[in-house]
Amino acid sequence: MGLLSSRMSITRYKVVGQLDGPVHETVYQGLKAHMVPKIEDDGSDAAVGWTSFESPYSPDFESYSFVFGTYMVFALRIDKKSIPPKLIQKHYVLDVAKHLANTGRHFLSGNEKNAIKENVFNTLVRRIPSTPNVYDLVWEHDTASLWFFSNLKAANEVLETLFLKSFKLQLIRLFPYTTADLVAGLSDQERDVLGKLEKNRSGE
Amino acid sequence: MLDIAVAYNRYKFLGNEFLTWLWFLIATDQDRLHKYDSGIVSLTVGNRLVLENTRNNAKETITIKGDNAGLEEGLLAITKGAAVTEIHLSYKAGAHTWEFSLKGESLNISNLKLPETGPVETPDDIEGVVLEKVYLIEKVIGLVNNLFTHFIHLRVSHAWDNQTASQIRKWATSTTSN
Repeated sequence: MGLLSSRMSITRYKVVGQLDGPVHETVYQGLKAHMVPKIEDDGSDAAVGWTSFESPYSPDFESYSFVFGTYMVFALRIDKKSIPPKLIQKHYVLDVAKHLANTGRHFLSGNEKNAIKENVFNTLVRRIPSTPNVYDLVWEHDTASLWFFSNLKAANEVLETLFLKSFKLQLIRLFPYTTADLVAGLSDQERDVLGKLEKNRSGE
Repeated sequence: MLDIAVAYNRYKFLGNEFLTWLWFLIATDQDRLHKYDSGIVSLTVGNRLVLENTRNNAKETITIKGDNAGLEEGLLAITKGAAVTEIHLSYKAGAHTWEFSLKGESLNISNLKLPETGPVETPDDIEGVVLEKVYLIEKVIGLVNNLFTHFIHLRVSHAWDNQTASQIRKWATSTTSN
């Protein structure tokens, strides 16, 4: 689900810190340095990185701008190869049988079994294409606000890590406490009360 | 500021109380909503409401869904100490309608349906549509922030314990007994 979808989910963030240089140039360098690889790494079961909003399956920050008015719009792509456990099991059982037949033995050691399992996994990872998941984001630098178009926990965690790595800026998720603390404009006295608040039990 | 993970869990209840207060406000005082959002035509509960009661260390979840569903079960749950954990809302401002769900513990927006925007027919249309979508999303986020800001100022004031909490209880009790 993304910005142009008919239905969307949004997780809101506050961006903490200052960019080290001119905004668009610094963001461009961060995006380029952590762009999702154009060519799939056959041996890896996952790849994450930035991609362009308009061309998510062929990341390109030269031909497609990430600046839209006062907003920066780009996407996080998480490519994952999911190998069904039953497929691993099938190839593992076949390989074990083949190994036993070749060696004339009746049993395999734990280490041999692990080595076969690893070999099966690595072979399948190379053969199976990864599934791309694209999550758009909108970042307004002036207000330090960012919207990420997914509520998935794993995707949000990847975003937070990659954002920090790419731009040296921390993302703070806006949930009830952080919204109260960072957005609602509470006075020091109100903040003290907030710190001591307990669940309202008046309905009981 | 508290550690983020600690703060998330420690203050989950605040989001649920916010949604409970919001339902109360929608049902009893639409005029006040106009003060919080000058462009608002209406804000109504949509087709899904989830409540949770965690009294006596037991967790009870009440889900009400369906268009025009009766919300009496939800009110009854409120009288027993439950709080709203998820609400689907329909927001009208000007000639436009937004629909979205709001989750208490995270304040995440999901299933957001925006008013119709212009079609993307050529690559040149994209920037205009993006900016239009962003503008429309901002309206919803502005509404949520505005409502939550009013709620949190009320929640940390004496008025919450002295008035609002009992008003919510009275509203739920009187509506279910009618």
